[in-house]
Amino acid sequence: MPSDVLPGLVGFTRALAESGVAVSTDRTAMYLDAVRHVDVVDPKELYWAGRLTLCVDPDDLPRYNEAFARWFTGTKPGGKRATVSMPKQAQIAALAPAEDGHQVQGEADPEALPVAASETEILRSRDIAELSTAERAHLRELLAQLHPAPPTRSSLRLRPARRGRLDARRTLRGMLATSGEPVRLAYARRTRRPRRVVLLIDVSGSMSPYADALLRFAHVLTRRNPATTEVFALGTRMTRLSRALRSRDPEVALTAAGHTVPDWAGGTRLGETLRAFLDRWGQRGVARHSVVVIFSDGWERGDTALLGTQLARLRRLAYRVLWVNPHAGRDGYAPVQSGIAAAWPHIDRLLAGHSLATLERLLVEMRDAGRT
Amino acid sequence: MKTAVDSPTDLASRLERAGYLADSGVATAAFLAMRMPRPLFCEGEPGTGKTSLAVAISESLELPLIRLQCHEGIDAGQALYEWDFPRQLLHLRALEAASDGKLDADAAEQSLYTERFLLARPLLRALTSSPCVLLIDEIDRADDEFEAFLLQVLDENAVSIPELGEVRAETPPLVVLTSNRTREVHDALKRRCLYHWLEHPDLAREVAILRRRLPGITEQLAGQVGNAVRKLRELELLKPPGVAESLDWAQALLALGCDELDAETAATTLGTVLKYREDADRVGLAGLDSLLAG
Repeated sequence: MPSDVLPGLVGFTRALAESGVAVSTDRTAMYLDAVRHVDVVDPKELYWAGRLTLCVDPDDLPRYNEAFARWFTGTKPGGKRATVSMPKQAQIAALAPAEDGHQVQGEADPEALPVAASETEILRSRDIAELSTAERAHLRELLAQLHPAPPTRSSLRLRPARRGRLDARRTLRGMLATSGEPVRLAYARRTRRPRRVVLLIDVSGSMSPYADALLRFAHVLTRRNPATTEVFALGTRMTRLSRALRSRDPEVALTAAGHTVPDWAGGTRLGETLRAFLDRWGQRGVARHSVVVIFSDGWERGDTALLGTQLARLRRLAYRVLWVNPHAGRDGYAPVQSGIAAAWPHIDRLLAGHSLATLERLLVEMRDAGRT
Repeated sequence: MKTAVDSPTDLASRLERAGYLADSGVATAAFLAMRMPRPLFCEGEPGTGKTSLAVAISESLELPLIRLQCHEGIDAGQALYEWDFPRQLLHLRALEAASDGKLDADAAEQSLYTERFLLARPLLRALTSSPCVLLIDEIDRADDEFEAFLLQVLDENAVSIPELGEVRAETPPLVVLTSNRTREVHDALKRRCLYHWLEHPDLAREVAILRRRLPGITEQLAGQVGNAVRKLRELELLKPPGVAESLDWAQALLALGCDELDAETAATTLGTVLKYREDADRVGLAGLDSLLAG
């Protein structure tokens, strides 16, 4: 390869990394290797050499297309595919302190002042939306200490066990040691493995007081079972957060999640985003036989009939569908919001989720859901 | 392999002779997988030709195809090798009976661990019979632990069997992995592969595929089927039809002796393309006539 081409190609990988594609050094090396084998003068081959080596996910493709067009042809392509959402700053930070109204309410209420001895107990049952900044910091620590036991399912894989079905292979192997006599019979039985858990978190404006705590809750679950936990944000669009939430440090994970979601505290189109989730992920396998938990207050701006049909579809795919509504824990709550009313026939349980105590109850509920 | 492939275009024309119409993306991907050499990781909607790509590569290059179908709970024993214990035991008993109690223990033991009693599974077969095309189908169905194991084999192109020694491939096999994205495959595995996302073919290519695969089809019928399937894909169905479905549909029409697709025959044969009642309802609402127009 002529040396004058090299800076241009490396520069392109940097530009691509800036547009949000995770380009690592070995991917860059692979790219340069691929370019050696193709005809660089042919833009089509150059395009494919990069796309095959630098992208690892269908989400990367529109970003790659745009970066390629900008770098090598110097034009900005129009059209709907070029929807790169740049991260907005400090969105997570804005979630942490309560909104002004809530804060005044929380501090003005003399009953709610934390008492040192039972501070934690009181905090556990307080509504997350009404906490002060200091209480939120404490809640964060408590959330990080949760130890969720995942729901399980029966696996196909067999493990040696005392009881169960006869394990012919191991029995035969044992016979080699005892000159061909089956002295000891070996048994095996099916193991239990974690059942997949899917969390669908509504990140619309009406849910924003709870978003921070729910994302932390999702982070704790993801860290515990990264391979079997999937998290998606539902707003005006559907965004997958599982990858962002896999970092060990909760602050890093939440910042990454904040950068991934383009529409914090916007509107909700539950029906449409749920359909996007089912089309792109759910029906392929993510929702199949899994415990699906939807965190939403059920205020649907779109078509509630669509929400109903999509939930019916989800119910047929999933093992259990739980709906967690922060308002369900309040006195005098009735499931009358347009979205909840449409969803009601298709969900297994409607649970409260406004405080730490209710989230803990949710964990128990999720574990028991998988126990059959 | 007869002669070396020297460009993606050359490979595309070879694939076409094997009955697979590759666009420039697929051809470049397969070409680079051969030249670099790297495993090729194919993802895409069901029915976009991921598995048939591997079959076509093996046919066009005249290499044997070895297929490993992944499923939940698959382990090294099913993918790599296993010792045939029952046969070893029988062999030992036979030796015992033949030797009249004067059996040389060491020699008998050595005779047990030979290739005769080794059950070679796809991965080992691929390493020993390379050059070949190794198709690892639906890797997303296997467990994480299996991925890690696979990674090791793909990296070294060798496995060591404690009783026999190392088995190393002289030329690395051409590996094609496919995934339906039911689960995200681990980054470490993706990192070593070329990544190709397959899309549904455009109208002209789909018509060409239909005519290529079904020699008896008229140009008019192929065009109508291709056009109708393209419109179906725009309808936001639960399961948009893939190329496999349009082939099925065209085949059904041929079997019925139709030269032309009209609303009536379309209604009676729609079951070959749409596999959900909701989808059939939606198409019914949109009207079959609109499907066939233009």
